[in-house]
Amino acid sequence: MSSTPIQPPSIRTQEEIAARVKALEAIMIEKGIMTTEAVDRLTEIYEKEVGPQLGAAVVAKAWTDPEFKERLLSDGTGTCRELGIGGLQGEDMVVVENTETVHNVIVCTLCSCYPWPVLGLPPNWYKGPEYRARIVREPRKVLRDDFGLDLPDSVEVRVWDSSSEMRYWVLPRRPEGTDGMSERALAGIVTRDSMIGSGVGPAA
Amino acid sequence: MNGVHDLGGTDGLGPVPVEKDEPIWHADWERAAFRMFSMPFRAGFFGVDQFRYGIEQMHPAVYLLSPYYEHWMHAAEHYGVEKGVLDPADIEERTRYYLENPDAPLPQRSDPELLEFVNAVVSAGAPAGRESDKKAAFAVGRGAPASPPSPAGAPRRARYIRGRTGEVVLAHGTFIYPDSAGNGHGDAPEHVYTVRFTNSELWGDEAAEPNGFVYFDVWEPYIVPAAGTEGSAA
Repeated sequence: MSSTPIQPPSIRTQEEIAARVKALEAIMIEKGIMTTEAVDRLTEIYEKEVGPQLGAAVVAKAWTDPEFKERLLSDGTGTCRELGIGGLQGEDMVVVENTETVHNVIVCTLCSCYPWPVLGLPPNWYKGPEYRARIVREPRKVLRDDFGLDLPDSVEVRVWDSSSEMRYWVLPRRPEGTDGMSERALAGIVTRDSMIGSGVGPAA
Repeated sequence: MNGVHDLGGTDGLGPVPVEKDEPIWHADWERAAFRMFSMPFRAGFFGVDQFRYGIEQMHPAVYLLSPYYEHWMHAAEHYGVEKGVLDPADIEERTRYYLENPDAPLPQRSDPELLEFVNAVVSAGAPAGRESDKKAAFAVGRGAPASPPSPAGAPRRARYIRGRTGEVVLAHGTFIYPDSAGNGHGDAPEHVYTVRFTNSELWGDEAAEPNGFVYFDVWEPYIVPAAGTEGSAA
């Protein structure tokens, strides 16, 4: 077990956390572990560059290019790389496909693992105890009551608990009535939640 | 470790707090705490498995009630102090200072190499796959394994799958073994498999939802041969 004592159960205020984070940051900057420019760059990447629009582009391509889709489902990481997408927290990605009879949903019950290169940083609910506790035990109920997604019993529900460094994410079904849409337009209707499996794409 | 972080199947937590149009950060300090993984990682504070184990050692009540990125702050502080890089008294003193002077500036420092690291690591990642000449003991579709109890330390054997029997459906090759690396030892690569469990195997026929499976990744030592099945470990 750890050599450091466990902290007593006091819950910090936002102000206390902010001050403590700043204190740690100041020390680490002084010690050369961080720099202000590097930390600004790191957050900028996830604010402006890496987000669910990247996963949406992959999905739209899979919806319009059957050979790409086949490659994506057999080698998620390598096939995303074809589009220049990949990296931290997506070193080993597995894409699972929703069909008329199968619905997939991802979770990390032990922490907060999530495919950053295609979805960006996870929303708080994904990292919080409620979702992590319940989605493995009562996925149909959670999807229905908390996300408004009511799946008939005839649809098989597959919950992927990302307990290793494999990062799972969902290839949602292409909505009805989108036959004439371009790949670019399709990318615009793919939602983040449809790639988590907690939602579906909007009907076009 | 039988920690509070091991949440799968826990009852009584209530509805999922879904926030519409959620921002990436809920406060400025979250933006700052987000840096508490990759840069201390580069500085040798921890690997990703140790980082998780640091979080798991938060007090259970604090773990459940604190905002998510406070967990990251906790892990950076935990290992920084353990490594002797951060001085607890210094942390307390500066925290008091910034509590009284929240707008006081941070020290400034420039380091082109660190900037380069950030740009490189985000797109290249930090793969956990490791070469190994170990032969896989289980084959896809044949094993019917169950996981043994959780030893002390940093393993990722969730309580809800322990002792349950499933089927190996994917074999991923060899990866860093968290039971070793998470406890500060070597990579000790092991084969990783995805095991599929039926809902009724995990939750019992009465409680289980119909027509569903849970897929959980295990490292080979997590698997014990289930009685009377083929494809068991030698």
